[in-house]
Amino acid sequence: MNNLIVYLEIEDGIVGDVSLELLTKGRSLADELKCKLEAVAIGYQLDKIGDQVFPYGVDTLYLADDKRLSPYTTLPHTSVLVNLFKETEPQIAFMGATSVGRDLGPRVSSALFSGLTADCTSLEIGSYEDKKAGKTIDNLLYQIRPAFGGNIVATIVNPECRPQMATVREGVMKKEILDPNYKGTVKKLDVSKYVSDEDFVIEVIERHMEKSKLNIKGSPIIVAGGYGMGSAENFKMLYDLANTLGGEVGASRAAVDAGFVEHERQIGQTGVTVRPKLYIACGISGQIQHIAGMQDSSMIIAINNDPNAPINAIADYVITGNVEEVVPKMIKYYKKNSK
Amino acid sequence: MSFNIVVLAKQVPDTHNVGKDAMKADGTVNRAALPAIFNPEDLNALEQALRIKDKFPGTTVSLLSMGPVRAAKILREGLYRGADKGYLLSGREFAGSDSLATSYALSCAIKKMGKVDMIICGRQAIDGDTAQTGPQVAEKMGFPQITYTEEILDVTKKAITVKRRVERGVEVLKGKLPIVITVNGTAAPCRPRNAKRLMKYKYAKTATERQTSGTDYIDEDHSYLILNEWGANDIDHDPKWLGLGGSPTKVKSIQSVVFTAKESKKITADDVEIEEMMKELIANHTIG
Ligand SMILES: Cc1cc2nc3c(=O)[nH]c(=O)nc-3n(C[C@H](O)[C@H](O)[C@H](O)COP(=O)(O)OP(=O)(O)OC[C@H]3O[C@@H](n4cnc5c(N)ncnc54)[C@H](O)[C@@H]3O)c2cc1C
Repeated sequence: MNNLIVYLEIEDGIVGDVSLELLTKGRSLADELKCKLEAVAIGYQLDKIGDQVFPYGVDTLYLADDKRLSPYTTLPHTSVLVNLFKETEPQIAFMGATSVGRDLGPRVSSALFSGLTADCTSLEIGSYEDKKAGKTIDNLLYQIRPAFGGNIVATIVNPECRPQMATVREGVMKKEILDPNYKGTVKKLDVSKYVSDEDFVIEVIERHMEKSKLNIKGSPIIVAGGYGMGSAENFKMLYDLANTLGGEVGASRAAVDAGFVEHERQIGQTGVTVRPKLYIACGISGQIQHIAGMQDSSMIIAINNDPNAPINAIADYVITGNVEEVVPKMIKYYKKNSK
Repeated sequence: MSFNIVVLAKQVPDTHNVGKDAMKADGTVNRAALPAIFNPEDLNALEQALRIKDKFPGTTVSLLSMGPVRAAKILREGLYRGADKGYLLSGREFAGSDSLATSYALSCAIKKMGKVDMIICGRQAIDGDTAQTGPQVAEKMGFPQITYTEEILDVTKKAITVKRRVERGVEVLKGKLPIVITVNGTAAPCRPRNAKRLMKYKYAKTATERQTSGTDYIDEDHSYLILNEWGANDIDHDPKWLGLGGSPTKVKSIQSVVFTAKESKKITADDVEIEEMMKELIANHTIG
């Protein structure tokens, strides 16, 4: 009772990074709250899940193992969670802010009338003074997220309803093994008690999932382009620079929306969060939603023809000039000086 | 064969074009400085509904929006593009709603609208990006849901086939009606306004708009100019689930975001300066 639980996202038997990141965060919050860290895996052939998650400090792992539960569909996964939550009354539940978590989370929160905060960038424990009721509630989850276009950060709480639910995007939290020998217990759920036949009204007819070829999150150098690149054509010079330096290409949302690059490369509040050794922002103005996803880079170079671009405030090198001119020169002088 | 389709639409501040005056000195958002637009993905949703109507004449596409009186503007916009009816859910009872209270209010309004086969809406609204309203309306209605839709491939009397696009691929799902479908921005863009429809619906108004413009009377031949405006009293609801009281999430505090400026080296596109920088980066092992 009153534990912290993480919904595990599983593809091909592998627990997703976003879930492992949430386990790491969950472990530290559970320690603060002096409660247990739990995880729930819903799918098929889940025997190997325990080995993957116990090292992150999971105390209890619930398994709902049934052929019909894989691949993911909304209603059966909702039913497992809703019934499990009614039974075990967790105080906090986390999911990835992915196409699964964002499909499942709101459905579960609606069924339980529990508040859900999407895309949190920070999670903390604190107290809340309910002025109307004249009381203070301790040990609440602060769900911190950028609001209204990201120019403000809001701290959201759910004073009354349980569980307090939050989703977090991949890369926002850091995953860290707690102890490779950590031992938790496995509890197998009798699936037929949790789902009903009516839950299987959606049929998956076709499914083509690619393993992501990109590893922007893991790249030590990121060359990111914005709307100021002007065209997909111009993005080629960024691939050249990235290849020369041994990095990956990222982008702002404006560049993605304009069709210069694919969505998978988007960095920021609604894309991936990165912490590379070097981040080169080319023709990116530096709106807060973008900065939210890259501000922890060790070194930042900003190339912008506007000397007052907001990105300049957080850059180590501010190059005032046109990308078309600066980027080829960076390639040239790297090649000249690097051997 | 024909269907009753409800399209959920929201009027949102255009956060994609946030200008310098978008923030007030106290760190709160200056909504007045941002143009109010039709939430982009709701337009993608409308297009999917209109395509079904193209295929199955006799289908009714009704737009439903919850918001202030000025949100009637997007209902007219929808009528210009091909929707049949507009419904506005408005009133102070709804103020302070989070996504759950909003979904509850919308579901009560949909129940009043009569038999519905499909509820189609945008995946998310650009002012919050939460993507919660669609699934929560589905749960409140007791309907299944398909989110992240890129295209509705086929509809029959009982079933719908949908292609959805998620982070790493596509899925084709088949579900039963009635159902809630949420549509991605990668779906087909909405058709433009139709000139004839623009002429026809230019003066479509909600009751409040008619009152303020002093044209309260509408004769029977022009009943299509009525945009239905409902308050909390017009829908069957339990007041404890509406507005602030019906919202489990509370905003504890709001802070404007400030970044501490770094000490930075300022250079230009000059060859010597760029070469100098590249040398420094190599020397301190940032690159190379
Ligand atoms: C809810 C929400 C979530 C969002 N999430 C994200 C997110 O995850 N990631 C994200 O990036 N954005 C996000 N945004 C959008 C964000 O607010 C900005 O709109 C976006 O980051 C702007 O991208 P940009 O800097 O490329 O474009 P712009 O702001 O248009 O900036 C272009 C820049 O290029 C410069 N420039 C132009 N030409 C040249 C040239 N030839 N050489 C050099 N410089 C040049 C200009 O001076 C300007 O500074 C989000 C917005 C909202 C409302």
